[in-house]
Formats: sequence, structure tokens, C-alpha cells
Amino acid sequence: MASSTYIAETLSRRTDRGFIARLRGGDEISYLVTLACTVSILLIVGLIVFELWVNSRPTFTAFGFGFLTSSAWDPNANKFGALPFIYGTCVTAFLGMIMAVPLGVAAAIFLSEMAPPKLSNILTFLIELLAAVPSVIYGLIGIFILVPAIRVYLVPPLQAAFGHIFLFEGTFYGLSYLSAGIVLSVMVVPFIISVSREVLMAVPTEQREAALALGATKWETTWDIVLPNASTGIFGSIFLALARALGETMAVTMVVGNSPKISASLLAPGYSIAAVIANEFAEANGDLYISSLIFMALVLFGLTIVINAVARIFIMTTQGKGA
Amino acid sequence: MMMEISGTRRFINSFMLALSGIATVLVVSVLFFILGYLLIHGASSLNWDFFTKLPKPSGETGGGMANAIVGSGKVLLLATLIGVPIGFLAGVFLAEYSGKSFAFLIRYVVDLLNGVPSIVIGIVAYAIVVRPMKHFSTLAGGTALGIMMIPIAVRTTEEFLRAVPNNLREGAMALGATKATTIFTVVIPAAISGLTSGMMLNLARVAGETAPLLFTALGNQYWSQGWLAPIATLPVMIYNYAIAPEDDLHQQAWAAGFVLLTLVLLINVTARLIIARGPASQRR
Amino acid sequence: MRAHMLRKATAAFAIATLGTMLATAADKQPIQMTGAGATFPAPIYQKWFNDYQSIGNVQINYQPIGSGGGIKGVTEGTVDFGASDAILSKEQFDTFKAKNGGHTLLTFPTVLGAVVASYNLPGVTKELNFTGPVLAQIFLGKIKRWNDPALVKLNPGTTLPDMEIVVLHRSDGSGTTFCFTDYLSKVSPEWEKTVGRNASVSWPVGLGGAKNDGVAGLLKQQPGSIGYLELIYAVKNHLSYGKVQNKAGEMVKADLKTVSAAAAAMKELAADTQVSITDAPGKGVYPISTFTWLLVPDSFKDADKAGAIRGFLKWAVTKGQDSVESLDYAKLPAVVAAKVEQRVSLIK
Repeated sequence: MASSTYIAETLSRRTDRGFIARLRGGDEISYLVTLACTVSILLIVGLIVFELWVNSRPTFTAFGFGFLTSSAWDPNANKFGALPFIYGTCVTAFLGMIMAVPLGVAAAIFLSEMAPPKLSNILTFLIELLAAVPSVIYGLIGIFILVPAIRVYLVPPLQAAFGHIFLFEGTFYGLSYLSAGIVLSVMVVPFIISVSREVLMAVPTEQREAALALGATKWETTWDIVLPNASTGIFGSIFLALARALGETMAVTMVVGNSPKISASLLAPGYSIAAVIANEFAEANGDLYISSLIFMALVLFGLTIVINAVARIFIMTTQGKGA
Repeated sequence: MMMEISGTRRFINSFMLALSGIATVLVVSVLFFILGYLLIHGASSLNWDFFTKLPKPSGETGGGMANAIVGSGKVLLLATLIGVPIGFLAGVFLAEYSGKSFAFLIRYVVDLLNGVPSIVIGIVAYAIVVRPMKHFSTLAGGTALGIMMIPIAVRTTEEFLRAVPNNLREGAMALGATKATTIFTVVIPAAISGLTSGMMLNLARVAGETAPLLFTALGNQYWSQGWLAPIATLPVMIYNYAIAPEDDLHQQAWAAGFVLLTLVLLINVTARLIIARGPASQRR
Repeated sequence: MRAHMLRKATAAFAIATLGTMLATAADKQPIQMTGAGATFPAPIYQKWFNDYQSIGNVQINYQPIGSGGGIKGVTEGTVDFGASDAILSKEQFDTFKAKNGGHTLLTFPTVLGAVVASYNLPGVTKELNFTGPVLAQIFLGKIKRWNDPALVKLNPGTTLPDMEIVVLHRSDGSGTTFCFTDYLSKVSPEWEKTVGRNASVSWPVGLGGAKNDGVAGLLKQQPGSIGYLELIYAVKNHLSYGKVQNKAGEMVKADLKTVSAAAAAMKELAADTQVSITDAPGKGVYPISTFTWLLVPDSFKDADKAGAIRGFLKWAVTKGQDSVESLDYAKLPAVVAAKVEQRVSLIK
């Protein structure tokens, strides 16, 4: 009792220090320095948005929003349009997600519900390592392994079965929307698995036990009880993965074919916003050319902002639920 | 009353379990395949030349990537010096000093920064470093990668500092320490394993980035002198050699990929082990 | 314990940083220059810069990123000099002036090279014959298959397979593209109208590869493909390339003689040395030949650099020419080399 009042009194005396004393104690400096760093981050982001905005103006003044719907890309004639790249970005990302999501969620279910804990932990560890593999290495694998494999094993049966559908028409050159989509799905799957598994494991065991006690099979428990509970978190992970897929540069550039045309067929070569910037920024001479590329960068940035925001909303809802 | 589970339901149960198991097997086998292929192909392409020689002019075989290996090291060093202090201290601010609404804003902006595609950061670094300085440089590359390191540094720091229980702070303050002293001599050391592992993961993530380096660091066939000259880096070399036609260069690309991947995975595994053995896990 | 380790780690880190900084500052440095640009002459430039290191005590880092990148780099001043086989337009010269305080961009031809029509046709061993108009039709996407009557007519002794023609082009701004499209524009009015000549054009069909390397790589991987490449890239990679019909009606294969003949047919060298020699008249001329130029500002802040580049240019058009033929580039005609030596003094 006496000691705590003593402590309280000492503390109150200590906090009545003068400014210099506080300064010497380091509090003000510490506060200011950390605040400065935080503010500098705000400034950096502001700078990024500013640079993108200002440098896009020439294109915006020249073409307006029509830039986004035009598919002309002719640096020679100073005509630029972003549609082929927006199309390619969306198609490849979409393809990637379509393949990655079912696979990823299914694997997450297995790891969280079915597998024995030790196996689950080891496998998860390995899968998270997959997420750490740099993009350029996926590109390497893409060019030398995936594309030849797709060309020999996947496309012939695909075309034999579905060749009449517009999606799979035309000759396959190896570099295509499909190849880029497959590489993207491989890149994004570990991420979906890792987050989904955590979300699934966070569902309280009582829920599962209750369902099982009522006579449900393990699968029915998972499908009807656990999954719906975890669904917002899983959706959050999907959107985060989507944002990543949209911005992916190197792996896509190396396998997409670099053709600024819109094709319905997935087997045709295409382009994406990130890929065209990577290929053409270093030599874009001429204000309209550069600003067109930067305008597209701004569009990409805007897209990822929106999707990340959606993801956040999903994740925050999950956290609200869990709490 | 025992309820009989119908045959159909039992079948669906087993079927779905099997499906999910297959999905997992598929994913894991892709990983093993990637690592395995890279290991075999890349390791067999490694030779002493690769680590010691400079790239040879077109058409001559036998060059190496000595300058790119050191180059990656230099750029990453600079990136860490630029990005980590800012991110770390901002994380400290968020965890220890900030008010609720300001913190919300900061976190949102940091998330925004995290979501910027790496190529866009490359463009910005070109605009603010390369163009005014009138050369491609290690500095520009380091700036781009440093900016990319900031968001994760902030998040990791905040997360691990918050995880330090409050009674440690209160104890220190009770002993008369100022807030600053508390933070820097008590809280941070308590979180050190988490912080270190977080920074390592951050580094590993950025070590493989190629796009931001394309128009900041450019490339160099020689040793890059100082910090203001163009510099060769492993990921960019991999990209350049992979799309070249010569088989000799392909081999070097695989070797470089092996080195890069090994480094990245090593850092990752170490980081996770640090976390697994750190105080957080020892506290029951 | 942990704090102790932390201190040790920080100390090690600081020492490493300091050490690297000291080490990199310590050497007696040769003059360092950076250049970027065309992939067309990259093999000979890399050899030259490598050989010249010891002669001129200058380390020239050359990054082959395409002629477009070279023009942009030297205009923005991010590299010391550029390289391009694309002929610069008045706008590009003006832009350089505007961004560099009124200084002029000088162009210096260094070697002659050829752009060949290279293809990957499994089973076809004999060299194929092409004409300019036929090439234009192929790259316009009008001739779609290898056994098209137009191609069969040109190649009577060869069985052409019934395969789709996969057109390959450059995805980056390229002087090789400029030369090729310049030629196609001269021989095909349709091409000139719809696509035109430039370092970067809107290709009606085809896949894009980055740099000469990228196109060569695609050619190797894709059966049935055709692309345009600088001669040495085709030779190095054992890719087949065809003969092209020249203005005099002969089917000519690209080699040192035929490329030199194209330059010899040139009547007059423009004041700034930028001249196109595609579709040149005369016998034994290879019609898709071109000079390639180094783009050098007429003034350097650093006098050492100015001296270094002057020395290099003089060496390149004299002693350097001895090594070009081993890499399948043709030597500059004597009159051109002389002009270069003369103009070098314009660099301050």
C-alpha cells in the first residue's frame, strides 16, 4: 500500500519536468522523429499520386476518357488507346483467379479441416515458401517449362474438345492470355491458401462440434457451417490476390506475347498494362507516348486501390465477426 | 437414437474430402516441381566462373554474374537503409504514440502504398531520381526498392510492438523511465525476434523484384563504382538472359535463378524459425 | 543477451556498409561512361568497348535496350550517349535541342549491317527467296500460309509446308524495325500507307519480342515463324534467313560484300550523316542494309568524357574497323570514315 502511493507520488513529481528535462529524456525527440517518419510516408504516397496525375495530363487533354475505350496503339501516328491493355490485364487476372480460387480454397479446406495438424503445418510452411518465390523466376519457369508443356499437353486436347468455341480458337503460339493466366494462378494460389486456411481455422471449434453432434458428416459441417462463417475472410483473401495479379509485371511480360490487340480467343497473344509499361517506358520518347503509359499506370493504381479497399472491407467484417 | 448417415451423404463426404486432398497435392507438387527443377537445372549450371567473372560480350561464352550478385547486394543495402528506418519509426509512432483516428488514416495510406504495383514505383523513382540526376544509378534502384519496403516495415513493427504486453511498459514507467526510454530499451528489445524476422521477410520479398529496377538501375557490364552509376542486379540479368536466344545465357539465367531463390528461401526459413523460437511462442 | 546480440549485429552491419563504401571508392578509376540504345550493333559495340578499355582508360557501359531507348536516354541526359539505327526525325533533333539548352545531337555512323528475313521452317533446308512486296504482304497478314502461291512461285525447287506463317516483330522501339519498315515502305505503297516507317509501328499481325535477342529467341521456339533480325543474330543462333530481291532484280543473300555494295551505291552523304541505304540501286546490292549511328551530344560538362568519346570514335572508325567483319558487320566506306573523323572535333 505504502509502496504504491510512493510510486504514484514519484511519478507525479517526475512528470512535472521542465521542457529541457523532457527533451533530455528523449520524449519530445522520439515523438517528433517518429511523427516525421509517419508524415513522410504520407508525403511519399502523395508524391506518387501527384507524379502519376501530373504526367498523365497530356494524354488526358488529348483524348479524354476516350483513351480508355480506344484500341488504337500507334506510337508512329501518335495515337494511343488503353483498351487492349486494360482488356489483357483483366483477362489474365480473371483467368488466374478462376483457376486459383477453387484450387486454393479446396486446399485450404483440406489443410484446416481434414489434415492432421502436423502434416498441415508442414505443408502450410512449404506453401508459404511458394509465395516467396520472386516473380521473375515464375517467368523463367513460365517460358521454359510451362509454355512448352501447355503447347504439347494442354492445348491439343483443349482445342480438340472445345476448338469451336471462340475462347479456344486460332493457332496457339505459346505466348498467350492462357499462358499468362496459368502462371498468375500458380503465383497467387499459395496466398489464397495461406489466408483462407487461417480464416477457416479461426472458426470456433464449438460450431463444428455442434454440427457433428447433430449427425452431419465432416464435409457437410465444412460446407454448411464452417465455410459460410469464414466466407467474408476468404473473399477478402481473394480480392487481395486479385489485386496482386493485376499488378504482376515480370511473369506476365515474359509469357503473354506482347501483342497490343484485343482477341476473344484465350490462345491468342495479348498484353497487359504492367507489361507494356515494362517494355516501352524506357524508350517512350515524346510527351504523348510517355503520358499515355503513365495514364495507364494511374488506371492500374486506381484499380488496385479499389480492389484492396473491397478486400479490407471484407477482412474488417470478418474481424468484427470473430471478436 | 442413432441417426444413420445415408450412403449418398457418406459418399459425398469421402468424395469431397478426396477432392480437397487432390487440390492440396496438386499445389504442393507444383512447389516441389518448381524448386526441384530450379535446383537441378540451376545447380548444374553453377560454376566458379558464374560467381567470379563479369559478363562477356555477345557471342563469347564463359561469362559470369559476379557484378550482378554484388550489385543486388548494394541495391538491397541501400533499399534497407532508406526504407526500414522510415517504416520502423512510423510503426513505432503507430504503436506507441498515435491517436485512434490518425492511426486509421496512416494505416489506410500505408496499405495504399503496399498496393502500388511495383512497376509504378519504378516509374516514380525514374521521375524523382533518375531524370533530375541525369543518370541511372544504384541510388535510384535503392530508392524504388526502399519505398517498397516501407509498408511491410510499418505493419510488422506496429504488430509486434502492440503484441508486447502492457505490463512491461507500465513496469518501466513505474521505475521512472521516460516514454522514449521505455520504448527503445524495453518494448523494442522485447519484440526483437518478431521485428527481425519481419525485416528479413521484407528483404526477401524485395530481393526478387525486377520491374522497379528496369528503369532505375538499368544495368552494367562492369563493376559499378560508387552509388551513382548504373548497376547490374540478379533479377534483371535473369530477365535479360531468359529472353535471349543463346543457350549459354539461358544456363546462366537458371544459375542466377537458383542463387536468387536459394537466398530468398533461406531468408524466409530463417525468419520463420526466429519467430517460432522467439519469446512469443515461449509464453504459454 | 538479446540486446548484446543486437549490438553485435548492428556493428557488423555498419562495418559492412562502411567497408563496401570504402572499397568502391578506393580504386583508381578509369573514366566511366554509360551508353544505351540499339541492339542491332550491340555485339560489335560490346566487343569494341571491351577492347578499348585498355587503350583509352575508359570503361564504357553499353546497355542494349533498343534504338528508341537510346534516343530517349541521350535526349533526357540519363546516359552519356545513345545508339540508333533508326534515322532521327527533325522533331527528335529539336526535342534534344529543347531539353539540352540549345545543344545539338551529333550522329556518327560506325558500321554497316543487314536486316535479314529469318524463318524457322522445319524440313526446309534450301534458302528461300523473298521479294520486298511479298515480305510486305506477309507482314501485313495478307499472305498467311507458307505454301501461298506467291511464295511457291518464288521458290520453285522447294516444297513449302502447309503451315501458318507466324509473324514476329519487335515489341520495343527499334532501329532494326526502322530499317525494315523503311525498306517495306519503299517497295510497297500499301505498306507505306497503312503502317509506315518508324522505330515503333502498329503491326497488323504477329507476336512481339523485345530486342533482337527476343525475336531470335521466339524464332527458335516457334515453328513456322518469320521475323526480321540483324544478320549476326541469325548467324549466331543458326537461324535460316532468306535471299531478298534487290532493285536490280537479283536474289541476294546478306553478307559483307552485298552490304558494302549497298553503301557504295550511296550518292552523297548528308551533312549529318543520316542516310537510308535500303533498296539501293545497283548490282550485288543487299536491299535491307543500313548504317548504324552513335548519338553524341555536341558538348559535355565533363571534359574527360568528351575527350574519351572523341578518342573512341576516332579509334572505332579506324582500328576498330578491323574487328567488325569477324562479327558479320561491314566496314564503313572510306569516305564515310573520313567524315566521321572530321566531325569528331565538333564534340566539345
